[in-house]
Amino acid sequence: MSDILPEGFFAQVPAGNWAEEFVQNVVIPQLPEAVAAHFSVAFGTVLVMFACAGIFVGLVPLLPLVLVLAERKVAARFQNRTGPMRVGPWGTLQTLADGVKLIFKEDYIPPQGDKFLFLLAPYIIFACSFAVFAAIPFGQNILVSPFNIGIFYIMAISSVIVMGVIMAGWSSNSKWSLLGSLRSAAQIVSYEIPLGLSILTVVMLVGSLNMQEIVASQSNGLFSWLIFRTPFTFIAFFIFFISSIAEVNRTPFDLPEAESEIVAGFHTEYSGMRFALFFIAEYANMFAVSAIAATLFLGGWEGILPGYDFLGGFPGFVIKTLALVFLMMWLRWTLPRLRVDQLMNLCWKYFIPIAFFNILGTGIWGLIFPEDTLISISISCVLIYVGLIGAYNVAGRGLAQKPQPQASSA
Amino acid sequence: MEFTLKTFIFYGFALLTVASALVVVTVRNIVHAAFSLMVTLFGVAGLYVFLQADFLAATQVIVYVGGILVLILFGVMMTSGRLEMRLHIERGQLLLGGVISAALLMLLLTIIANTPKWKNLSDDGEQLEPTTRRIGELILNGQFLLPFEVVSVLLLVALIGAALISRKEVRD
Repeated sequence: MSDILPEGFFAQVPAGNWAEEFVQNVVIPQLPEAVAAHFSVAFGTVLVMFACAGIFVGLVPLLPLVLVLAERKVAARFQNRTGPMRVGPWGTLQTLADGVKLIFKEDYIPPQGDKFLFLLAPYIIFACSFAVFAAIPFGQNILVSPFNIGIFYIMAISSVIVMGVIMAGWSSNSKWSLLGSLRSAAQIVSYEIPLGLSILTVVMLVGSLNMQEIVASQSNGLFSWLIFRTPFTFIAFFIFFISSIAEVNRTPFDLPEAESEIVAGFHTEYSGMRFALFFIAEYANMFAVSAIAATLFLGGWEGILPGYDFLGGFPGFVIKTLALVFLMMWLRWTLPRLRVDQLMNLCWKYFIPIAFFNILGTGIWGLIFPEDTLISISISCVLIYVGLIGAYNVAGRGLAQKPQPQASSA
Repeated sequence: MEFTLKTFIFYGFALLTVASALVVVTVRNIVHAAFSLMVTLFGVAGLYVFLQADFLAATQVIVYVGGILVLILFGVMMTSGRLEMRLHIERGQLLLGGVISAALLMLLLTIIANTPKWKNLSDDGEQLEPTTRRIGELILNGQFLLPFEVVSVLLLVALIGAALISRKEVRD
């Protein structure tokens, strides 16, 4: 890989990386001598890298297949139904059947729309959703590319998704699509701010944008996880998680595709496989933001006991991520949709001030406790506990006493 | 010149940038121009990667594609959702634009002519460190602290101005 891009971009890759070694030690001895003489190691390395990328790009879309089924089963459970039961045992092959069905559907292109952009939009969203996975560390050595700027790269790539949404909405030439993409643009641009600010608290404590270094700083068991490190990162985790639900347009914040108001939002006019691309991208996004939250705040692939692999490594990381995905599904099937003004109020009047307060607090915390000691972590955990009890009491009393607002005054 | 994969990818990015920039200035449809500008900005981000400025590349994408372009498109779609949205160019604008572009071209050519040493792409001997840490140190260790603070005050002023303009006037 060092042959293609400058070294600084892949600061962590050793000069002789695994693909190069694989080519040199395994592939070249296998080749007949006439071929091997003309075979350059760099070229072989690139081929191996591309093959791995191909496998990766092929495997990751399988994830949404599972998640779609999980979502339907979870939804069914919440509504006291059974969900899909007919295709395969317990309906486990339902998404596969739906996928086959979608392939054979008509690929409709609105004749009044902008054909080129209409065809391009799903690819942009799909590509950006999956490019995010390149920087997520699934395990100690399970990582596509250890970017020096990992989390910043993820933010950059995921901010491009909104361009695809706008493109889809505008080129469909339909009022529902346009309204949906306008809402989406406003929502994503707004919620990017608390998202970025809460990532910043983590970056301040770790002192690096590199995802592997962020994970490595949480290697001393449960209480070294960044969520428990300071009371401010505890708050930042919730801001991050709620903002990322808004970023991926899921139900308390799914105004861009609100069924009861604007049909299906920006992808109203899409059908067949192009619709499926949006659908897959949505679930991939959901998994990606959960994985980022798990990496930044919940210790990534590090376990809950220092030195032991329990709830660590690749399985531990996937368990943490899927727990967050389940939380997202739980919220989706529990909470009603927000209004546009409530959405903006939540972001600009609550999340952004709290996130700024967090940054200030993290800075002060860093000055008081330059190193993580037993004392600092104990104080942090006590503060978190007291804060939670206080918040529960205040919120509980508020909810119990608040008179129901009249419909006319709302 | 030695033709390696790196130079091949570099010229790919350069071609992408120039071609999409040409589309931006020639196409009449403002939305097409905006989407083409997205490709240009991506190409420039790619060129930043070749300059070993990884932080700058990501910032370019976040600020320009995720922020400014979205606002441009947002404005266009708010004012007119029609597909027939066209740009009208008047002669005066053409003249002014030509003069400004010519001045910019002269400036860039002067800089190119006066740059003493170009880094050779195939020259792997000299490895530069990632820039993130150095940018942070230069800003916070005092050398660029004042410009940084001035820019942030300027942005704050712009923010307050925008809030003031967009605020609904209440008379009673």
